[in-house]
Amino acid sequence: MKDKLQVAALENGTVIDHIPSKLVFKIVDLLGLQNQESSVTIGYNLQSKKIGKKGIIKVADKFFTDEEISRLSVVAPNVVLNIIRGYEVVEKKTVVMPDELHGIVRCPNPKCICNNEPMPTFFHAVDKEARILKCHYCEKELHV
Amino acid sequence: MPHSLVTIANLSKEKILSLLDNAARFEAQPNRRLLEGHVVATLFFEPSTRTRLSFETAVNRLAGRVIGFSDAANTSTSKGETLKDTIMMVSNYADLIVMRHHLEGAARYASEVSPVPIINAGDGANQHPSQTMLDLYSIQKTQGTLEGLDICLVGDLKYGRTVHSLIMAMRHFRPHFHFVAPPELAMPEEYKLYCRQNGISYEEHTEFDASVINNTDILYMTRVQRERFTDLMEYERVKNVYILRASMLTSTRPTMKILHPLPRVNEIANDVDACPQAYYFQQAKNGLFVREALICDCLDIQV
Ligand SMILES: [Zn+2]
Repeated sequence: MKDKLQVAALENGTVIDHIPSKLVFKIVDLLGLQNQESSVTIGYNLQSKKIGKKGIIKVADKFFTDEEISRLSVVAPNVVLNIIRGYEVVEKKTVVMPDELHGIVRCPNPKCICNNEPMPTFFHAVDKEARILKCHYCEKELHV
Repeated sequence: MPHSLVTIANLSKEKILSLLDNAARFEAQPNRRLLEGHVVATLFFEPSTRTRLSFETAVNRLAGRVIGFSDAANTSTSKGETLKDTIMMVSNYADLIVMRHHLEGAARYASEVSPVPIINAGDGANQHPSQTMLDLYSIQKTQGTLEGLDICLVGDLKYGRTVHSLIMAMRHFRPHFHFVAPPELAMPEEYKLYCRQNGISYEEHTEFDASVINNTDILYMTRVQRERFTDLMEYERVKNVYILRASMLTSTRPTMKILHPLPRVNEIANDVDACPQAYYFQQAKNGLFVREALICDCLDIQV
């Protein structure tokens, strides 16, 4: 009983919720959680009324930056971040795609300058609903 | 403020018209000492003799000096130097950099790292703003206006960047377009969407015949290149369908002009050159005046 509580409850940290199950490990990878020092709890194939099977990631003592959250927006636009302090949810953040994405998405165009110079990629969100980005450099559109 | 020219997509109607006015001043008087004491670098990472000569002539006629290279094969780029390092090095010597590069977005990136203005003289399949401006200049000069014209685009409308840029630049002027191409080289959906979103009317044709030729103010021809076809049988079938011959020009509108970004291969027969509608050589010459105007604009020199 005590163990179960330890997994379920987080004193301080972030709970990433409403993740489509198949994206759980992609998000782990994207946020570099395999290198996280504090405890990380990963659940997937959990029942969800909203999205069928969902995943959940709890990260102790970690509060994500806006930059990290914008990374999330590319792979999983509808996840919710619960910020926990003293076992309480103090804030809920919905991931929104920012207007500009720097160094997050790779340009699929091999003839784009950003794939041929040591430089970060740069995309503009053209249509956040349809998830269409446009490369700032080669001007090609990309569906994410 | 000195500034770069990477694309015409964001130029306002007023800006385009004022640049064309300045180009007309240079046509009236091409030799003016406006660039005296200035050094312009022409960096052609990808060779293009035609475009380079036009820019270098523009600088020379404005009494500026030119440095640069015409092929990256003999430069430090071929030893692995980054574009940024080349730009930083050259910007120590030049007041303006005109660059052509085979990679898309190269000019945009250069303009972001360079302390001096950049003029994009072509970045791969992406943008070539001085070509578009000389097309606009040629259209305005021959028709007396840019407003409300019928413009017929013929040939490779799928990969031809000049026709895509021309559509975008013409959005300010209520054109009506005819897109004439084989199905393999038809205008991509994204540009047709652009037309619809910007209130530009267009018709699509696969036949290149009298009905389009006789009902247009501008006939803009492009190359149909063999390497664009996966099916060479298909190339053999269409390559002769989109050839313009003098015999097809007997009933055109009196002021109709034929444009072509050059070099042509065989899409305009030689007998067209003597027709009054032929304008492609004059069009190339107009590039000089337009480039004089663009260079002065980027350096914020009053014309
Ligand atoms: Zn790109």
